[in-house]
Amino acid sequence: MSAVLADMPETVSPATTKAIAPSKGGRPWTFYVLATLFSLYVIALYGPMFCIYILSFQDIRGGLVFPMKGHSLHWFVDLFTQVRTGDVKGSFDRSIKLAVIVTIITVVVSFLAGLGFRKRFRGDTVVFYMMIGSLVAPGLVLGLGTGLLFQALGLNASWYTSALGAQLSWTLPFGVLVMFAVMSRFNHVWEEAAYDLGASRWQSIWLVMIPVLAPGLVAVALFGFTLSYDEFARSLQTAGSLNTLPLEIWSMTLNVTSPSLYALGTVTTIVSFVVIGASLGTIVLIQKKRGSRVKG
Amino acid sequence: MQSSSSPAQAQPRANLAGWLYVSPLVLVLVPFFVAPILVVLAASFFATDGFGGLTPGFTLASYVEVLHSALTLKLYLATIKFTLLTWIFTLIIGFFVAYFLVFHVRNQLLAIGLFLLCTVPFWTSNIIRMISWIPLLGKEGLINQALLAIGVIHQPLEVLLFSDLAVVIAYVHQLTIFMIVPIFNSMARIDKKLIEAAIDAGASRFDIMRLIVVPMSKSGIALGTIFVVSIVMGDFFVVKVMSGGGSASVVSAFYEDVGVLQYPSAAASAVLLTLVLVAIVSLILRTVDIRQEITQ
Repeated sequence: MSAVLADMPETVSPATTKAIAPSKGGRPWTFYVLATLFSLYVIALYGPMFCIYILSFQDIRGGLVFPMKGHSLHWFVDLFTQVRTGDVKGSFDRSIKLAVIVTIITVVVSFLAGLGFRKRFRGDTVVFYMMIGSLVAPGLVLGLGTGLLFQALGLNASWYTSALGAQLSWTLPFGVLVMFAVMSRFNHVWEEAAYDLGASRWQSIWLVMIPVLAPGLVAVALFGFTLSYDEFARSLQTAGSLNTLPLEIWSMTLNVTSPSLYALGTVTTIVSFVVIGASLGTIVLIQKKRGSRVKG
Repeated sequence: MQSSSSPAQAQPRANLAGWLYVSPLVLVLVPFFVAPILVVLAASFFATDGFGGLTPGFTLASYVEVLHSALTLKLYLATIKFTLLTWIFTLIIGFFVAYFLVFHVRNQLLAIGLFLLCTVPFWTSNIIRMISWIPLLGKEGLINQALLAIGVIHQPLEVLLFSDLAVVIAYVHQLTIFMIVPIFNSMARIDKKLIEAAIDAGASRFDIMRLIVVPMSKSGIALGTIFVVSIVMGDFFVVKVMSGGGSASVVSAFYEDVGVLQYPSAAASAVLLTLVLVAIVSLILRTVDIRQEITQ
């Protein structure tokens, strides 16, 4: 989802934006229809989420529906102290660590695969379809298969082995597909210029490609992080005895019927915002730096 | 390719380089996609003692059981119903939201901002997003409260939550972004000059939509369709939670089977579902060469 955002500065140059045909001159009636549709979509997207953020700040009498009863941080304290809400802290910790590992591997492997797929090679179709297969296979089925495989091999399933692999089988195809989109916009002239100036293959990758593609790589990283942090079906049979956060949330939805659940939603949202904000900040910084370098 | 080396010499080197680049990807996909799928395939032919023990062997009993069960047909019909409804709604909303952002929003920065606005909610756990419908759709939820208040209904509507309607709402809420992003991506690459030329040549807005925008967004639509169809068909927890246990899909039945350790029949139905998914995805890939469209 963030891939497009990182590419955008390159895709639509200021010259073309002025020439957007259907909205040249006065607004056609379709503009108002589509603007309404868009607004309704955004309201439907945000409305429910805001409800739970608001409801998570109720006091001890609070319930799962409106009207709101008082306001306090009771349910946040409850979330991290009560035994019945499970090991939120521990699972949170594991999920973040796992997401970071998945992100790093996803960026490196997707970048290399993106490089590989730029030229045709014997058997590339097999690898490509293997990737598509991994993307579309039902997560629960793959998770079960991985779990059974570990069992058959006498290995213990755990979040940093089997769950890590199961998550990568889902984040890597996404990452590579995003990489395709990112690399299709890479102008080969720069690479050739580097070769003409005597750069080796590795120099052209390190000094030319990676800096130019940096926003795209950050996009892949964002993808990897959110997909892993949120991954549920593939982790279910592979996480072993210690839960990741989505598994913890899942068991909470079955056991807990209090605004603690909503408090958890508010906390996880804040964490996502911090992570994503930092990543977007990185993109902006990189582009600013590059902009000033070009000017200077 | 270097012009000095003949194609015959160059090809093996290109093959080797290609494989080197994709080898990390293959090293993840083989143990965590190919092997688990083979394990599930093998398990589907095994016999069971009914207590989770597997007896290696070759029997088609599980397949016969699954194919003969009237339940199987019912599950597939339910899954297909959810998939089709979700696909239609996400496609319509996704297409027009992308169209609005690409062709109707004149200010580039505003378009990026609005696009980001659509992606922000997806930075939160999708289980949380799902349960966020409870305060709205529940028996004492906001929608029922509002309808009661204005006197449209006198009894709270029960079909809003824990129903097929709620399942489809949750799917559309979660998956529309998977349509918006790829369609947005392919639409953003349509050269606006093409549309100006069409207008100059006397094409109507409908003609432009039919003859330029839709055909040129085909790869995005196909990619979005693959994401949405494979996620809905592979899902079990939205169906389980949002229907309140009232509806089931192929994978939710699979989940129940695994819960009671009926591995062979679960595996057999997983293999069937995977075959169905592969057939659908290859049909979609037949209409567009995604790899070529993305890497061009």
